[in-house]
Amino acid sequence: MNENKYAKLEQQTSPKTPYLRNIVTAFITGGTICLIGQFVSLFYMTYFDFTERTSSNPTVATLIFIAMLLTGFGQYKKIGQFGGAGSAVPITGFGNAVVSAAIEHRSEGYVLGVGSNMFKLAGSVILFGVFSAFVVALIKTILVKFGVISW
Amino acid sequence: MSIFITAFIVGGLICVVGQLMFDVAKLTPAHTLCTLVVIGSILDGFGMYEPLIDFAGAGATIPITSFGNALTHGAMAEAEKHGIIGVLTGMFEVTSSGISAAILFGFIASLIFKSEGKA
Amino acid sequence: MVGRGLLTFKTTPSIMATGVTVGPLEKKSPFFDQFDKVYDDERCGLGTNEHANAKMMDDACKIALNKLDSNPSKADFLLIGDLVNQMTPSNFTASALGIPYIGLFSACATSISSLITAALLTEVGMSNCAIAGAASQHMSVERQFRNPVEYGAQKPETAQWTVTAAGAAAVTPYQQGYPSIEKATIGIVNDLGMTDPLNMGAAMAPAAADTFVRHLQGFQTKIEDYDCIMTGDLGKTGFTLYKTLIENKGFQANDSFRDAGVEFYGEDPTFLAGASGAGCSSAVYFSDVFGKMMAGNYKRVLLIATGALLSPLSFQQKDTIPCIAHAVELSMK
Repeated sequence: MNENKYAKLEQQTSPKTPYLRNIVTAFITGGTICLIGQFVSLFYMTYFDFTERTSSNPTVATLIFIAMLLTGFGQYKKIGQFGGAGSAVPITGFGNAVVSAAIEHRSEGYVLGVGSNMFKLAGSVILFGVFSAFVVALIKTILVKFGVISW
Repeated sequence: MSIFITAFIVGGLICVVGQLMFDVAKLTPAHTLCTLVVIGSILDGFGMYEPLIDFAGAGATIPITSFGNALTHGAMAEAEKHGIIGVLTGMFEVTSSGISAAILFGFIASLIFKSEGKA
Repeated sequence: MVGRGLLTFKTTPSIMATGVTVGPLEKKSPFFDQFDKVYDDERCGLGTNEHANAKMMDDACKIALNKLDSNPSKADFLLIGDLVNQMTPSNFTASALGIPYIGLFSACATSISSLITAALLTEVGMSNCAIAGAASQHMSVERQFRNPVEYGAQKPETAQWTVTAAGAAAVTPYQQGYPSIEKATIGIVNDLGMTDPLNMGAAMAPAAADTFVRHLQGFQTKIEDYDCIMTGDLGKTGFTLYKTLIENKGFQANDSFRDAGVEFYGEDPTFLAGASGAGCSSAVYFSDVFGKMMAGNYKRVLLIATGALLSPLSFQQKDTIPCIAHAVELSMK
């Protein structure tokens, strides 16, 4: 049996990805996390001196705090298995990636373990976020300079 | 109150895009999240992400796409004032509450929690 | 010698005693009451996952030796392996036991590769008591090969759950009334281009099928000659593929076909395609299969343990997953 034939057989045999179920659970999970975010943001706007715009910062921090607790108590991986991208894409997923790596590497110490490994999953998101922001802002600045577009 | 409905729907839909990248494009979670961050950044370049935030609130600020948007937005705001140099300074000035919160809470978690291999 | 890599043991060394230790989650296993020792803590009360891995193996070896009224100072060889970087847990076990030691790495096929090596040393008359075994600890392996344990990534139905378990077997010269090692087949590395570490069963199935076919054709035996033909940790997906592959070669799988990975956690869907890990096959072989042979339920069995020989580095560098399967034929005379 060659590689192509086996790849076909493997695809026939392996359980099919439940696309529809995954989409529905991702939608519900992601939607719910964002809904909770909206409530938290309303809380900051009502009880503290935040506007609709500035409230997103404390909201994000609060959600990451909740993600830390869920990760620490072993619940986030269960949500992740159910929700898929629904719990990975919101900022709580970013928090889970950082917190889970931090907890995991505690046994190698706080400097070499936690410090060095905290961003081993989430670091690439920061890299590509910063780099794409640089490129996009640079292009736009140049285009504005040459009068192609305006701010 | 309609913001709650749009937050749920828009946030859910962005996650569905992520799920399709997992299942259909067979990307790893890391590749998916990086792609979404870049998409968020590009959308802001076209000035399309801020209107989305106005429309959906947390539905647009909670998904990771808003991280790309925040960085780009900071860079462009400074660039508007200081030109090319502003691109750099603006980006470095952006204090992302996401990163600092993740660092702080990640460290605190490592002080108090141990991972458990429970199913 | 009947063929390349096919071994016949004239002296038929015996497995006189076994020891199996498991973690707390393995209480869910249908084999649970056959395990010798269970820890209430995934880390066995120790500081790190890796120490727990070493402790489990250490206890499993001592339990096996105790059953022979023996102790580590009387054992001639220690042939064990695990899945952690450079096999440090096995090295620490060896250090604690003080038995002459060779570390063996065949990933999850170590249970059988160690048994074959022990049988060879016994066959040439150099060993009166050799300990063979393998261990895996869920958290130390997950962090080694995949993501942090608490990371919320969605696993597909083909993914398997690494068990926390260690199994050890004491191999001695032939003794009446104990399972004896008659034949063995050393695996050839098979690589059919599979790359998904969350579908290891599919990667390992061709290796299992290859070793199975080589063993039966080389020794001119039939499926009906065996009371049980048990693979190591193919899991649900891999087990189905393996049966399809041998069918293509003209072998019809029957009820005697079992897979330790499929059976290890029963039908619990939390564990997706089933169990995996070096401890999975060794725990089941050295508890359930050994017990059934001692009780007379099985007269002749073929054990085929499979191992996926990948590392996180090879996976990230987009290499395929080479796999191996070793087989051992045990019988009660």
